[in-house]
Parts: sequence; C-alpha cells; structure tokens
Amino acid sequence: MSLLVLSNISKSFGPVNVLHHANMSVDAGEVVGLVGDNGAGKSTLMKIITGIYKADAGDITLDGQSILHLDPGERRAMGIEMIYQDLALAKQQDVASNIFLGREPVKSFLGIIPGMVDKRTMDRKAQEMIDRLGANLPAINRPVGTFSGGQQQTIAIARALTFDPRVVIMDEPTAALAVREVQSVLDLIRQLKKQGIAVILISHRLNDVLSVTDRIVVLRHGRTEANLTTSQTTMTKVVSAIVGGDDMEAAAAHESAG
Amino acid sequence: MSPQPNAVTKPGLWRRAQIKSEERLHVRLESLLVLIGLGVIMSFLSPYFLSVSNFLNILLATSTIGVLAIAATFVLGSGGLDLSLGSVMGLSGVAGAFVAVNLGLPSALGVAAGIGAGAAAGYINGKLVTRAFVPAFIVTLGMMGLARGLALVISDGRVIYGLPSALLYLGQGRPFGIPMPVIIFFTVVLITHYILAFTRFGRYTLAIGDNENAARTAGIDVATHRVILYTLSGGLAGLAGMLFMARINSGDPTAGISYELTAITAAIIGGTNLFGGRGSILGAVIGALIMGVLQNGLNLLAVQSYYQIMAIGAVLIFAVFIDQYQIRKAADT
Ligand SMILES: Nc1ncnc2c1ncn2[C@@H]1O[C@H](COP(=O)(O)OP(=O)(O)OP(=O)(O)O)[C@@H](O)[C@H]1O
Ligand SMILES: [Mg+2]
Repeated sequence: MSLLVLSNISKSFGPVNVLHHANMSVDAGEVVGLVGDNGAGKSTLMKIITGIYKADAGDITLDGQSILHLDPGERRAMGIEMIYQDLALAKQQDVASNIFLGREPVKSFLGIIPGMVDKRTMDRKAQEMIDRLGANLPAINRPVGTFSGGQQQTIAIARALTFDPRVVIMDEPTAALAVREVQSVLDLIRQLKKQGIAVILISHRLNDVLSVTDRIVVLRHGRTEANLTTSQTTMTKVVSAIVGGDDMEAAAAHESAG
Repeated sequence: MSPQPNAVTKPGLWRRAQIKSEERLHVRLESLLVLIGLGVIMSFLSPYFLSVSNFLNILLATSTIGVLAIAATFVLGSGGLDLSLGSVMGLSGVAGAFVAVNLGLPSALGVAAGIGAGAAAGYINGKLVTRAFVPAFIVTLGMMGLARGLALVISDGRVIYGLPSALLYLGQGRPFGIPMPVIIFFTVVLITHYILAFTRFGRYTLAIGDNENAARTAGIDVATHRVILYTLSGGLAGLAGMLFMARINSGDPTAGISYELTAITAAIIGGTNLFGGRGSILGAVIGALIMGVLQNGLNLLAVQSYYQIMAIGAVLIFAVFIDQYQIRKAADT
C-alpha cells in the first residue's frame, strides 16, 4: 500500500477544467517525478494535496485514510510538506519567523502570562537547519525579502524539512539555483529517500528528474498520461509523453542535446 | 582582502541603535526622535508647553486617538484598512450614553453596550471583507456612513447629557493624580503590544499582511483571523468612544469625525506598513503622541482647528512618502 495516493482527482476553476481524473501515488522512501508542460496542472494537483485547493472530485489518502476533510494546517501536521513554486514566504519577516510560521514554540512570559512565542529557540533551530542544509546566509535575523532568489529557495526548503515530514513535495525547487546548489538539492533528495521520506519532485529539468527519481508521472492537459519506472525509461519516452504525439522526435532530440 | 558582495560591513552606532530598538521594542528610532524634536520646538514656542499639567493634558487628549491608532495598527498590519474607526467611536459613545441615561440602566451595561456596538460593527466589517469579498476600503467606507447615521438615529440627532457618576469617573477620575483615560490607555498599550509583538496571534497578523498566501500555506485560517482583527478594531473604537464620552460628559453623535485620519496617520508614523506586514503598538503610541503634541502645540499657539485638520492630512501624506522613499531606497541598493 502506498503512503500517499491520489485517485481520480478532478478540478476546474470556473469554466476552465484543469484536472481530469488524475491519479498518482508515492511510497515511503520513493522519489516520484511529476512532469508536464506549462499549465498541465502539476502545481494545482500538488496544492490539492496540501489543501490549498479543494478537489471537485476524487480522493486523497495518507496511510489509507482519507485526508480530504483536513485543513492545510492539519495536513501539514500529518507530515505533508510542500515547497511552493512561488516559495510562499512572508518577505518582511525574518528567517525563523518564516520557517516556524504556524508552528511557533510558545512559553510563558515571567512564568505567568501564557502564549509568548519563544523566538530564541526559533532562531537557534532555524540556524541549525540552515547550517545542516549547508546554505550560505549572511544572517538569519533579516527580512527574507532581502535575500537572493536562491537563498530564499533554501529558506523554503528549510521550512519544509524542519518538522520531520513524511511526504515532501517540491515544486521547481531548483528554478532559482546555481549549478552547485542544484546538485546539493539533488543530493538532499537522495538523503531524504534514505531516511524513508516520500518525495514528489516537479521539474522541467528532465535530466535531473531522470537522475534522481524512481518513477516519473507525466501529466498532460490535466490527465495522467504516463507512469514510468525511471530505470526502464528514456528521455525520448518521457518527452513524447509530455508533448503527446506529433513533433516528439524533434522535441526529444532538442531535450537530449540541451 | 577584497570585499565580498554579501560581506557584512560593521554597522555604525546609529544603525546598531536602530536595529536594537526595532528588535527589542519594535519601535522605529526615527519616530522617537521626531517626537522629542517636536517637544523641544514646542517648548521654545510656548512657555506653557513644559509643565506637568500640560503633559497630562497631552496624554489625556492622546488616549482616545492612541486607542484608535492601536486598532489601526492591527488592521493595517494585516493588510486591511478600517476607515470606520471615527464613526464607530461616535456610535459607541451614543450607544453607551443611551443605555446609561435614556434607559437608566447601570453604567457597566452602558460600557458593555458601547464596546459591544463597536465590536459588532467591526464584526460586520470583517464578515463583509472575508465572506462577501467586498474590498476593505469600500466596506469600511460604507460602515463609516452607516455607523454615523445610526448614531444620529439613536440620539435623535441630539447630544445625550447627564451621565451617571460611575461613567463620569471613567473619563474624569484621577486616581493618584493620573487621569483614568490615561491609565486605561496604558493598560491597553501593554496588552496589545504583548499580543502583536510576542504572541502567535500577532505574528499571524503580520504574516497575513505580508503574504496572505504564505499564511494560508502555513495552515493559518486567514478569513477567521481577519474577522477577529476587524472585531478587535471595532471593539477598540468602542473603548475609545467610551473614554471620549466620559471625558466630555455626554454622548455626542458627531464625536470622532475624521479621527480615523489621525489614527491611521499615527499608526503609519509609528512604522506600520500601509500595505501590511509590519506594525508596532509602541510605534503607534509614539505616532499618537506626535499627533497629540502637534495638536496641543497648535492649540497653545492659538491656531484655528481648521488648520489643524490640514496639518494632520499633510503629516499623513508626508509620513507615507517617507516610508515609501525608504523602501524604494532599500530596494535600489
Ligand atoms: N487559481 C487559479 N484560477 C484560475 N485558473 C488557474 C488557477 N491556478 C491555475 N489555473 C490554471 O490551471 C492550469 C494549470 O495550472 P498549474 O499552475 O497547475 O500548471 P503547472 O503544470 O504547474 O504549470 P507550470 O509548469 O507552468 O508551473 C493553467 O491553465 C492555469 O491557468
Ligand atoms: Mg506549476
């Protein structure tokens, strides 16, 4: 039984049908790539998992239990974390505030007044997490918006990993990263896999996807077009599933060359 | 050694003081300097300015605006806007006086009615903004008219005189020589500062104003939080209405006209971001004191009140200009 299962997910925004009976699953310790053209519905499908969007039809189960009735906070508490394509960071708040947003540790002030956020503990743990990721931030007590795009991406990654996740969804986590940082994210994914964490990776860099995943799910116009075992597939097959048909030869040649 | 792009240059003394004050007290040092500078100027211009009784006067006059500025700070900090503060304050004063005078009910019920009316108006604002998706600007502009009109309806367009003595004490009592409104104001400051700066509720408020989407992905119930904030804002406007009513010894349906202008100005001078994500209660207090000193000074110099309203409007535009200028400068470098 898979850890996380999406079955027959459909979703439309007003008149626009974005997802049609999409299916996919991921196991503990498995890395699944989710690929597809721009607008194929990848981000939408993932936001349905985290509860930001509601599916019109279909079911989502974690450990065989439906999680549809849970709100985003409760799904997070069950160990579903996501690194959003737009990062979803509060730019005027500092690093620890972002990493701990919604889950701040609290203590009591002077031992009597409850509910004081324990900022010192937050800062310490945030620094530990940043160090563990081998990231290079000048200081963590600065507004997140003052960091570079790549540094912000690291902060979003740190947020997803701080609370012992079971499933980590990464929507284009390497889009803003330099070559070396891309490699460290790929290494990180392998590390998560070893720890038994399920990873869903969305990326347009097919070489990365082929090198790090166990399976590749292809989404095309909101339908699951293919579900390929990475060790038994090729770039050409993936690309042809993405573009679907006609000019696949040319597109595949282009991808391999690039 | 060549400087790296990200190398941390050691900040100067002024910059360090700025950072410390922002981290520890959540106060912008510049606003404090403006307040002190204004005080120095006033004490040169008027021999009456520097006296204990005048200071208490300023605090007394500031307590109403200060409470409204705190309300404005919460709402603006969350990326919202409450233009109905002044009208709701007027409605609350009338509601409180109506219950205590016309209905002859106990003073405590009058206070409850006043604050309750404010909170109810705020709750309606919040529901309309979050559930009916009407922009806050329009909702609270509409509420500005609704609340003012209702105040006039309840009071039949007349001022309600003759408050019971228990209510009067709220505005005119002086335990230990300190005016009651000032004591209540400081109590509210302590509580709300704690909430905004140190609790989850406060962090969520600023996070929502910063990036609503980020707050949502973090599992925060944004709509409910906003409703609570608008209700809090209305309740605080109600409290301001009670303080004002008790101070002038009457429920005046025209009380608080254009006070939202002063309150929002005070909040922004105090470092609250007009577009949300940043806000400080102590900053708002300093902002309110700046407005209080300004008005007090203009009063001592016998400047007509029409000019005072103009001065407040100009200060608001100037404060936002400075804020935006600094943001653009920070983005450039
Ligand atoms: N909130 C929304 N309202 C209306 N339409 C939306 C919304 N979010 C997404 N869509 C539409 O749904 C479709 C799928 O979008 P989605 O972001 O899921 O694509 P994607 O596969 O992640 O693309 P990309 O590779 O560009 O990130 C697009 O046509 C998009 O315009
Ligand atoms: Mg996307």
